[in-house]
Amino acid sequence: MLKEKYQKEIDEIISRYPVRRSALIPLLYLAQRDEGFVSEAAMKEIAGLLRLTPPQVYETATFYTMINLKRVGKFHLQVCKSLMCALAGSDTVVEWVKTKLGIGLGETTTDGLFTLNAVECLAACGTAPMMQVNDDYYERLTEQTFDRILADLKQHGTCSLKTGPFMWPEAPMRNEK
Amino acid sequence: MPKHELILLKNMMEPGYTGSLHDYERAGGYQALRKVVGKVPPAGVTGMVMKSGLRGRGGAGFPTGLKWNFLPKDYIGPKYLCCNADESEPGTFKDRQLIERDPHQILEGILLACYAIGSETAYIYIRGEFVLGAKILEQAIAEARTAGYIGSNILGAGITVNVWVHRGAGAYICGEETALLESLEGKRGLPRFKPPFPATNGLYNKPTVVNNIETLANLPHIVVRGPEWFASIGSPPKSTGTRVFCVSGHVKQPGNYEVPMGVTFRELIYEHAGGMRSDKSLKAFIPGGASAPFLTPNHLDVKLDFESVAAAGSMLGSGGVTVMEEGTDIVWAALRLMEFFYHESCGKCSPCREGSSWLVQTMRRIVAKRGRMEDLETLVDLCKNIEGRTVCAFGEAEVAPIMSTLKHWRSEYVTLIQEAEAANLIKLEPAVRH
Repeated sequence: MLKEKYQKEIDEIISRYPVRRSALIPLLYLAQRDEGFVSEAAMKEIAGLLRLTPPQVYETATFYTMINLKRVGKFHLQVCKSLMCALAGSDTVVEWVKTKLGIGLGETTTDGLFTLNAVECLAACGTAPMMQVNDDYYERLTEQTFDRILADLKQHGTCSLKTGPFMWPEAPMRNEK
Repeated sequence: MPKHELILLKNMMEPGYTGSLHDYERAGGYQALRKVVGKVPPAGVTGMVMKSGLRGRGGAGFPTGLKWNFLPKDYIGPKYLCCNADESEPGTFKDRQLIERDPHQILEGILLACYAIGSETAYIYIRGEFVLGAKILEQAIAEARTAGYIGSNILGAGITVNVWVHRGAGAYICGEETALLESLEGKRGLPRFKPPFPATNGLYNKPTVVNNIETLANLPHIVVRGPEWFASIGSPPKSTGTRVFCVSGHVKQPGNYEVPMGVTFRELIYEHAGGMRSDKSLKAFIPGGASAPFLTPNHLDVKLDFESVAAAGSMLGSGGVTVMEEGTDIVWAALRLMEFFYHESCGKCSPCREGSSWLVQTMRRIVAKRGRMEDLETLVDLCKNIEGRTVCAFGEAEVAPIMSTLKHWRSEYVTLIQEAEAANLIKLEPAVRH
């Protein structure tokens, strides 16, 4: 149960809003952080916490693509497929995932490590092609960096190629002008 | 050195600038707040913003001061400021940089806006994918709270403002201001019918202002350097100040470039973004995010201001400029954008929900060389039945790629269909029209 585990955090989230329902998406995220996806039991509990009906929670949860209603792999590869990334070769990135990991869109590797999805614009058009893995952005992907990201994720659970505070182009490159 | 004076990106261009409170204050940060809190009446701040000519940077370009002025004057009770950091318009990635590299510039803008409109609560609605941005904002809020800029009795002047970060969860439509409010209320992000406008019936049915991140980031500079200074930059009187333009696609150096409004697309693309990435020439560009109609090389000397781009048949929108080189399949490009809109249609209005599905199917058929000539008529017919018939501007946005490419590159559609007809494959697909 979320309540026992996260009582303090839940109270703090609810306190930010004058109307309890506003805490719904933050609590769905909390449930997702806890279990890796949002289960029906979690939705029922959240409904109780926010004094909503379960359908009210369900209709919101199903509207938003970032709320996973099914379990995904440990690393959720989300490759941007919108036009700006496609101009820079994002379809090739999807092919890399397919050939290197043997999974198609919406599929998870048998070891439960990787799930692949193609998603719409993630606001990284100037540094395309790119993908988001869980909370992190990986940009200006090449086959070489892509291989390293997969290897590092498998081995260390993270990869130093992830983007930090974003700026593009970087300052020195501008100063050369 | 950059050719034009930077305003919003200035701090972050300094070597070693981290965006911390210390760095921001050392660069002159929070001086605007000190200048007005307890010294200039709130209406005075609104007056400055009106005089500066600042217009919203999210897409619609509505005058910011005027938006604030629509709040009921004699209202007693809570009012809200919502900061739109949903940045989901394909081609746009400026807010992300403003948030992650100089968060206090945004917080100071938020505090000034709250002071002007008399709001004690601001919510920053940030797109769910910006996990890092949300963390950076939360750290900055904590720093500003400790320093006495956020919280109760700000700068000892008896004013209270609390700022919260609220993460969205992956829905483009939540960048539309009333859908944003619905989402913030914990509901599906379905745009509201207007009127009533958020100014009177916004978040929790209370008077509310929704401002874009870049809009807010301009406020400290307007207050410190004066509205006259701001109004002299760019393309006055209607497009004042700078814009952070996001250049993507087939250029040598894509990225964010801050230039005064009124420079030409030619300067932005060929000087700032380094020109085309190869010896292939420019074929098409989108001037203001996916919702803006495509333009052609003939439009390169159009000025980047609201009026000029509108006169050229498109819109400045969110400032996302996407460049496509010769050889790009224009019909495919329009289909890619249409697939985006199909995916993101919220489902509230039938013309958009059903129409976007039809448009994608028809476009896919043409691109797959299974189209027929009457499909072109079907596309126009569908588009005309979507635009103007939906609750929000999404309807106009989703038909822009198809209508504009049909206008400028109709022959490419025709060629694809002629190839289909030549291959005699058309009878494999049932007609979409009924």
